Amino acid sequence: MQALTNRSRAVSRKPLSFWESLYLPAILKGMMITFRHIFTKNPTIRYPEQKRPFSPVFRGLQVLNRDEQGRENCTACGLCAVACPAEAITMEGAERQPGEEHLYREEKYAAKYEINMLRCIFCGLCEEACPKDAIYLSETFAPANFTRKGFIYGKEELLIPNPITEPEAYALAKGGKVTV
Amino acid sequence: MMTVLQIDVLLLIEKLVLIAIIVLASLGIALYTTFAERKVAAILQDRPGPERAGPFGLLQPFADGLKLIMKEEIIPSHANKGLFILGPALAMTAALMTCAVIPWSSSVELFGRKIDLQIADINIGILYIFGVVSLGVYGIMIGGWASNNKFSLMAALRGASQAISYELAMGLSLIAVLMLGGSLSLKTLVEQQMQPGALWNIAYQPLGFLIFFVCALAECNRTPFDLPEAESELNFGYHQEYSSMKLGFYLFAEYVNMIMSSAVMACLFFGGYDIPFLDEKTLSPNVAAVLGLLALLTKIVIFLFVFMWIRWTIPRFRYDQLMNLGWKKFIPLALFNMLLTGFFILMKQEGTWQSVTHLFNK
Repeated sequence: MQALTNRSRAVSRKPLSFWESLYLPAILKGMMITFRHIFTKNPTIRYPEQKRPFSPVFRGLQVLNRDEQGRENCTACGLCAVACPAEAITMEGAERQPGEEHLYREEKYAAKYEINMLRCIFCGLCEEACPKDAIYLSETFAPANFTRKGFIYGKEELLIPNPITEPEAYALAKGGKVTV
Repeated sequence: MMTVLQIDVLLLIEKLVLIAIIVLASLGIALYTTFAERKVAAILQDRPGPERAGPFGLLQPFADGLKLIMKEEIIPSHANKGLFILGPALAMTAALMTCAVIPWSSSVELFGRKIDLQIADINIGILYIFGVVSLGVYGIMIGGWASNNKFSLMAALRGASQAISYELAMGLSLIAVLMLGGSLSLKTLVEQQMQPGALWNIAYQPLGFLIFFVCALAECNRTPFDLPEAESELNFGYHQEYSSMKLGFYLFAEYVNMIMSSAVMACLFFGGYDIPFLDEKTLSPNVAAVLGLLALLTKIVIFLFVFMWIRWTIPRFRYDQLMNLGWKKFIPLALFNMLLTGFFILMKQEGTWQSVTHLFNK
């Protein structure tokens, strides 16, 4: 039979000589290999202190966005919830009252906005569906939690800090990602 | 002078203090050997290893120990309770008893007394070690049998047969050393290697050392001879049913055994507390003793590193390979080594080749 590649090699079946059957030459060879690894640099990233940078297209936790004046973008239109293949998003809309113009950008806003992080598959379809740039996926991921309830993220967890009142926290949350 | 049963009381106190120091020190070193093992493994595998507990992870062994102590103590309902407890106790005792005859250094002078840094210089030192080491097998045997578990029993049988097989080759390789030294006392053997102009025994007995070293690996149940605790074949081996500090004792006894066999090898083949290229007689006795102790500890540390280096390089032997190696390779080699040594000793005594052949022709 003709071989497909010429990479196969015949196994040597000849019995070991006495010296070989003491295993010592082979063992010494192996020990030299491990010894060489003492001097190699180890590739460990010490996690909580050091973090590996994510790729620019990484899809992490969702963030509810605000505009430059610190107003919420979301209008509770529900397109993200419709787009969500895992049905992780629920929301309740409410009408903006007079005097709340500095809080919400448009006349309608999300009074309740919840994402179940156990259901979410981080596909990013919500981000694509949103006509108001109100939701985007950040570069962090959901931290561990002790209860299932803890994974249902409400507005407190999702909303980005206000750029006017807390600019540092806003910059931190925004990261390198360009949205607005 | 005060005597009790014709024993000098001061001598008794001196020995008790010495025993306490040596036992505690060996336990302390064993504690850090577990840490060193993990660190060496990590370095050889390009990992950082334990580094979170304390600076450089130096508190890691205490964290491990605390974890073991805090665990629930389980005695299986069908286990033989007495023997189940006796097993780890015996393993630990046997491991620690070895340190009694190891000459840790020459003597120091304190409070006007000459104190030997050896608990007992008995004239059958090395035989005592062999006796105690073979007692250590009972720890494994009893533990494995009392667990009332098939895997544990299998592991115990393996451990016992392995220890017995390799003790033979070990003893035979040792006989050549004893023929050179003409004494069974470890102190005498070390002092012979310390004589000005005398070489360490490794120069005369390279083959003997090799055999002794491999057999020591087997005696300590170290990889590649860790068949009694082969995780992948026997779940966990003879200590499968053990938990908490009883398991800790088994694991700890292994490390104490390692230290003791390193010390024995250093004494037999590498001049014990001898510092190479230095005549200890030119130093004051106390300084010489301290430096000697450091020299011996350095040798032990090097041996421990080699033990670990081997462990993280080689996979486990198959059982038939193990037995083949022991009975068909090492015992003939050890016998050959003995014969060779005997021949050279005879030649040295008789002076010439002719007179030796003449002896045979008589």
